[in-house]
Amino acid sequence: MDILALFDLSVLDSTVRLATPLLLACLAGLFSERAGIFDIGLEGKMLFAAFFSAAIAALVTINAENAEQVAQAVADAVANNDQATAQSAAEGCSGTCRFFAGVSGWLPAVWIGVLAGVSASLFLSLVHGLASITFRGNQLISGVAINFLAAGMTVLIAQDWFQQGGRTPSLIGGGRFEPITLPFAETLSGVPFIGPIYAELISGHSILVYVALLAVPGTWWLLFRTRFGLRLRAVGENPAAVDTAGVSVVGLRFVAVGICGVLCGIAGAYLATGLQAGFVKDMTAGRGFIALAALIFAKWRPWHALWATLLFGYLQAIALRPDIIEGALGFKVQVQLLDALPYILTVVILAGFVGKAIPPRAGGEPYVKER
Amino acid sequence: MDVMPKWAEVILVPLISLILAAILSALVILAIGEDPVAAVNLMITGALGSTYGWGYTLYYATNFMFTGLAVSVAFHAGLFNIGGEGQAMLGGLGVALVLLFIPWPHWTIALLAATAGAAVFGALWAAIPAYLQAKRGSHIVITTIMFNFIAAAVLNYMLVNQLRPAGSMDPATARFVETVHLPNLHEMLAPIGINFSKAAPANVSLVIAMIACVLVWLLIWRTPLGLEIRSYGKSGRAAKYAGIGAVRITMIAMLISGALAGMMAINNVMGEAERLVLNAVEGAGFIGIAVALMGRSHPFGVFLAAILFGFLYQGGAELALWTSIPRELIVVIQALVILFTGALDNMVRMPLEKIFLAARMARAPKPDRKPTEPAE
Repeated sequence: MDILALFDLSVLDSTVRLATPLLLACLAGLFSERAGIFDIGLEGKMLFAAFFSAAIAALVTINAENAEQVAQAVADAVANNDQATAQSAAEGCSGTCRFFAGVSGWLPAVWIGVLAGVSASLFLSLVHGLASITFRGNQLISGVAINFLAAGMTVLIAQDWFQQGGRTPSLIGGGRFEPITLPFAETLSGVPFIGPIYAELISGHSILVYVALLAVPGTWWLLFRTRFGLRLRAVGENPAAVDTAGVSVVGLRFVAVGICGVLCGIAGAYLATGLQAGFVKDMTAGRGFIALAALIFAKWRPWHALWATLLFGYLQAIALRPDIIEGALGFKVQVQLLDALPYILTVVILAGFVGKAIPPRAGGEPYVKER
Repeated sequence: MDVMPKWAEVILVPLISLILAAILSALVILAIGEDPVAAVNLMITGALGSTYGWGYTLYYATNFMFTGLAVSVAFHAGLFNIGGEGQAMLGGLGVALVLLFIPWPHWTIALLAATAGAAVFGALWAAIPAYLQAKRGSHIVITTIMFNFIAAAVLNYMLVNQLRPAGSMDPATARFVETVHLPNLHEMLAPIGINFSKAAPANVSLVIAMIACVLVWLLIWRTPLGLEIRSYGKSGRAAKYAGIGAVRITMIAMLISGALAGMMAINNVMGEAERLVLNAVEGAGFIGIAVALMGRSHPFGVFLAAILFGFLYQGGAELALWTSIPRELIVVIQALVILFTGALDNMVRMPLEKIFLAARMARAPKPDRKPTEPAE
């Protein structure tokens, strides 16, 4: 028996990586639900963003490469004074190819992918806002619709664009995020205990991991230290009061749903361009719902969201290493139990046996202005 | 306030929502470079052009009737049961346990027992979220979502570690014995001279699903319990004032809902696969949401919507077979139906209400208004 083996550095390292999409999606849900809009469409938004970030990043890298080859061919032909060949070679890159190649000049492909993913996720946020804020529809039903829309559309478009059975080509080179080595990681790695932790656990992740971690204090500051945050929370508790104060309930809720879309977009982009290299069908695999569970677990608070998602990320990480569990505990733990544990814990929390989780009071109810 | 006549409420609003969903679906098909008209034609011949196609359409429809009714009953009580998927998985487990370990002499008795097993397991899986909603106020949508994932883990464990026959790599139970084979439509219709396709999986469960539609209609509109469920769904506070217990109605409605979702297993597990496999439910629990929304939670509406979705499912499979349109098109259509008939309902309803109101104003003579006397 060696309990410490459960906290092997490699397990903790993958905990951080697996917790990142959960954390971003959880904070996304936090903004939306704190403003009184339930969002069970986190899963769909992440999936949509994952697909579009991978697809656009792939298109940019492929077309940029193609454009380079074409340019080389044209240059060769011009050098040989062969006008006809130059012209036919130039036709090898026209229209969409030129567009993507041109775009790749401004930004690295992966960042264009992130922008595309965030836009795609924002589009679904807009649909959700339209249904649940403007037309006062059922927010839960809208969320269900968004999840299915994303599950279907991603495969449909992927098949149309790439013909690879609902996936994108694997991202190479500039199409995905590289790990960042933090300063002094090399020099400090010799220091006992702290060195390896700094070098392996804290350093060496892709930039979106650090973005997610910084989003925690950012969310806290925005929600609890600014006027905007106060109003946003108020609109989730008592929208009539906010309306009476002369602040637009509809406007605030749309902003909250929009922030939710941006964060879900980053989460999805991280899945496809950071954690993995490309999009595969249903790649979110329930992460949106685990994030929702973490949100309840965290009782709608940013710092608690970090701990909850780290816990759920750890459960995912350890589930991948049954050998470590068996070595540490001396007996086998069913993988299925580890898979189900986040959900079971959430139900226990929801049941109020271990501290009660009370959602924002106006959550799920469309606001009707009194006439 | 009834602004619209009943026919507009029951037929016009869903029809317009459906047309909107259909137009968007057609645009999606156009956008991926296929011809929507050709696609619809292919779907119709594939799903309705032969008894084989009809057999699959009705097989899927049977699943969706059960899950659609399940969602509807909960809707009537003001509850959103999103856990049909998990309840149907557990229903499958119930069917498998009943059929694997008891030697049944004849399929009729086995069917009764399997139905009971499926209903009990489905109801039990709905009971915990229902109890937590009723007693502890935990939001039933969240708990039923969580229970879907827990059900998947339970089923995975049972199939991989317990029920899998020795030496088999496939996470599935052994085949059920031949005596519990349910007659399919070919065997049922042959005596009256109809030569139905032998290969199609539609079976006697279809009849049970239709009986369930009638029973749910009786329950909701013709029994005191149904009245209580509907009043609780319309206004929990008013119902409480009338002496209707919130805990009791929540529990009963969810138990019935879970039982109906679980009963789907007699169709897909006992009738079709004749063993329990890992992904037996195939999302039918979620399609129940679309079916219930489209059918306006009325059993007859659910019946029609289930057949429409059965058609879409079988038609979609044919499309995937013959064209480059993947099966996921059906998921998109399903999403659009849920979006327009469920979440964007008011988008259709609000302008229609305005039109009807204007029409009524124009028809009715204006009440002559006398200027009120100013207060002394």
